[in-house]
Amino acid sequence: MAKVLMKGNEAIAEAAIRAGCRAFYGYPITPQNEIPNYMALHLPERGGVYLQAESEVSAINMVYGAAGCGVRVMTSSSSPGISLKAEGISYIAAAELPCVIVNVMRCGPGLGGIHPSQGDYFQAVKGGGHGDYRLIVLAPGSVQEMADLTFEAFDLADKWRNPVMVLADGLLGQMMEPVEFIDREPQMVPKPWATTGAEGRKPNIINTLDIVPESLEKRNYALAEKYARIADEETRWQEYKIEDADLIIAAYGTSARAARSAVDMAREKGMRVGLIRPISLWPFPSAPFAEAADGTRQFLVVEMSMGQLIEDVRLAVNGRGVVHFINRLGGMVPTPPEIYSKIEAILQGGEVQ
Amino acid sequence: MMRVFERPESLTEKQMHYCPGCTHGIIHRLTAEAIDQLGIREKTIGVASVGCSVFAYDYFNCDMQQAAHGRAPAVATGIKRVLPDRVVFTYQGDGDLASIGTAEIVHAAARGENITVIFVNNAIYGMTSGQMAPTTLLGQKTTTTPRGRTVHDNGYPIRMSELLATLDGAAYIERVSTHDPKHVMQAGKAIKKAFTMQLEGRGFALVEVLSTCSVNWGLSPQEALEWMRDNMVPYYPLGVFKDVTREEEQA
Amino acid sequence: MTEIIIAGFGGQGVLVMGQLLAYAGMLESKEVTWYPSYGPEQRGGTCNCSVVISEREIGSPIVVEPDAAIIMNRPSLDRFEPMLKPGGILVYNSTLIDRELERTDLRVIPVPANEVADELGNTRIANMVALGAFLEAAKVVSPKSIVESLSHVLSERHHGLIPLNVQALERGRAYQY
Repeated sequence: MAKVLMKGNEAIAEAAIRAGCRAFYGYPITPQNEIPNYMALHLPERGGVYLQAESEVSAINMVYGAAGCGVRVMTSSSSPGISLKAEGISYIAAAELPCVIVNVMRCGPGLGGIHPSQGDYFQAVKGGGHGDYRLIVLAPGSVQEMADLTFEAFDLADKWRNPVMVLADGLLGQMMEPVEFIDREPQMVPKPWATTGAEGRKPNIINTLDIVPESLEKRNYALAEKYARIADEETRWQEYKIEDADLIIAAYGTSARAARSAVDMAREKGMRVGLIRPISLWPFPSAPFAEAADGTRQFLVVEMSMGQLIEDVRLAVNGRGVVHFINRLGGMVPTPPEIYSKIEAILQGGEVQ
Repeated sequence: MMRVFERPESLTEKQMHYCPGCTHGIIHRLTAEAIDQLGIREKTIGVASVGCSVFAYDYFNCDMQQAAHGRAPAVATGIKRVLPDRVVFTYQGDGDLASIGTAEIVHAAARGENITVIFVNNAIYGMTSGQMAPTTLLGQKTTTTPRGRTVHDNGYPIRMSELLATLDGAAYIERVSTHDPKHVMQAGKAIKKAFTMQLEGRGFALVEVLSTCSVNWGLSPQEALEWMRDNMVPYYPLGVFKDVTREEEQA
Repeated sequence: MTEIIIAGFGGQGVLVMGQLLAYAGMLESKEVTWYPSYGPEQRGGTCNCSVVISEREIGSPIVVEPDAAIIMNRPSLDRFEPMLKPGGILVYNSTLIDRELERTDLRVIPVPANEVADELGNTRIANMVALGAFLEAAKVVSPKSIVESLSHVLSERHHGLIPLNVQALERGRAYQY
């Protein structure tokens, strides 16, 4: 299929429909509105259900209900709305229901602003809702990846019976780039656990309550074991010019785009710089950082937050390398020249952390 | 020998955890009987809520989902929209439906969501040890209104049936009671009708069932039934507040 | 790599001009990005978008120091004139902008976009007149690709206006610096 020029948000919606998403429940919030708009226009005519809920809280619980029936279902929102969904996300993770949640991040805290940010990294990968659970978190870096990773998110959700979050930001959502939708079949799996009416079988129960500690502990261990297997199989990242690098940048999503340009600028000046771009934020790609951290290299984390990804990078580097930091906040996006200046300061100016 | 009484097929054999004198058991049974009578058990999906009836998923012998506090109507909406030919009901208490879940129930009704809601109003939070509910009567003592509920501090109890009946999306709203056998029979009829409305595709149907909480009211089971009759029924009048089939007949 | 800013009032078709450039770039197998200013400025307020057209992968779609700008109104000129690269191209709508430029190091193409559009009978295609002038000056994509992009970028209900758009582009191309 030929390339089309699309906004990232629209690419997410189109990819979701192609991945077999048959229900969308949402609530308007900038900068993700093109997703529900697209769904409202296209999902019904392609065999699905679109419903605007009365709140993000309600929307995520509608997702719970539909996911419990075995239907591929999705919701999307932006940062403050994801906070409202946090309760439902915890329940969905606990009930092991497959679904896709899109967060087109805007800047916070509070109502914050509507411009791009990466301030919800912790919320996405460390919890957000209550209790011990994990979301698979995928971080696209282009409109093409908005489409590809959304499609993949549905397959992963079904494969692991786990909610998957696509963590984008306002820039990726609003930007247009060429995108190609590859013809591929979604990996549908049987869902004998779904509540579809107990016709000729014992009733199925979708439930997160278990007040017997011995029993709940077993359930928690089973979840932990599942999360360990996901970490083994589903960790994704991209490496760019790291083999000979003296300095390795860590960045995802929008920050990684600017970082990549900065790497090229530095290379043109003869500086050996590379980039590791985590694509799955959970499971986090610790291995490439641990391998790169041989004691001779330095690291630079680029983020649109006060420093969240940097904690996972530091854990992976585990003291075997200085980890520098550069960021922009409040809806500002780091530019390649400012990242380049930081690189120059570290490598030529001998900047210490 | 003729069998005149047996467990409805739509109830499991699981022993219920409800306190002695609690009328949840009766309301479960009425719901199960309605499902049996309509022959819809194998296509029914129930939604349990949070509160004393949180374990309802263990008692109803049909597919069940357990919802977060107050969100049962949203969960039911999510189910019904993707499986419109199934029968979907929620079973919610007064804290769940009339306090934390007001947005969900109001909008489910406003949308005319084609679901059945069993709303159990016992004027108190039982599960968490007898706190004030949105439906606690004025003057009623609870653990969080130890000197009795006052308008000054807590405002007025909410009459949900009357409130929801104002919405165009509501097809059928009736309030019933369980304080004596006659009223229990009427409650059963209302619940069955609420399921029938859904089968006919008429939209949102809710039955508010007045219920006791003898333990947290500090009364014996018999006293509790009498207290409900003498105090709750006057504030929460019984009857049909909305019935589109009746409106059709009149038209 | 060419970094372009297009700015004007909401409703002047600023976003569409950008999309046409990006789409045409895509048709010519270039890397492209289009990024709008977004927020509560849906109609009437100032509005702009950034377009990057490049031979290789594009890092940031945000344009800080544009190589070229198409400026459709006075507030946008005030904002973006200082940002242009020395030697950059500035196409501006001289119908709505009456002030002298401050920069002397730019390639400047004033186009009476609204006047020409009015002559063509539809003031709303002033954007295409300005775009035509820009194409001729910047040569970043071919006019043919822009014409081909029209049917993809314009919503179907506006397809009847494509011939008029093409006419406006042609008129604009006559305004060279």
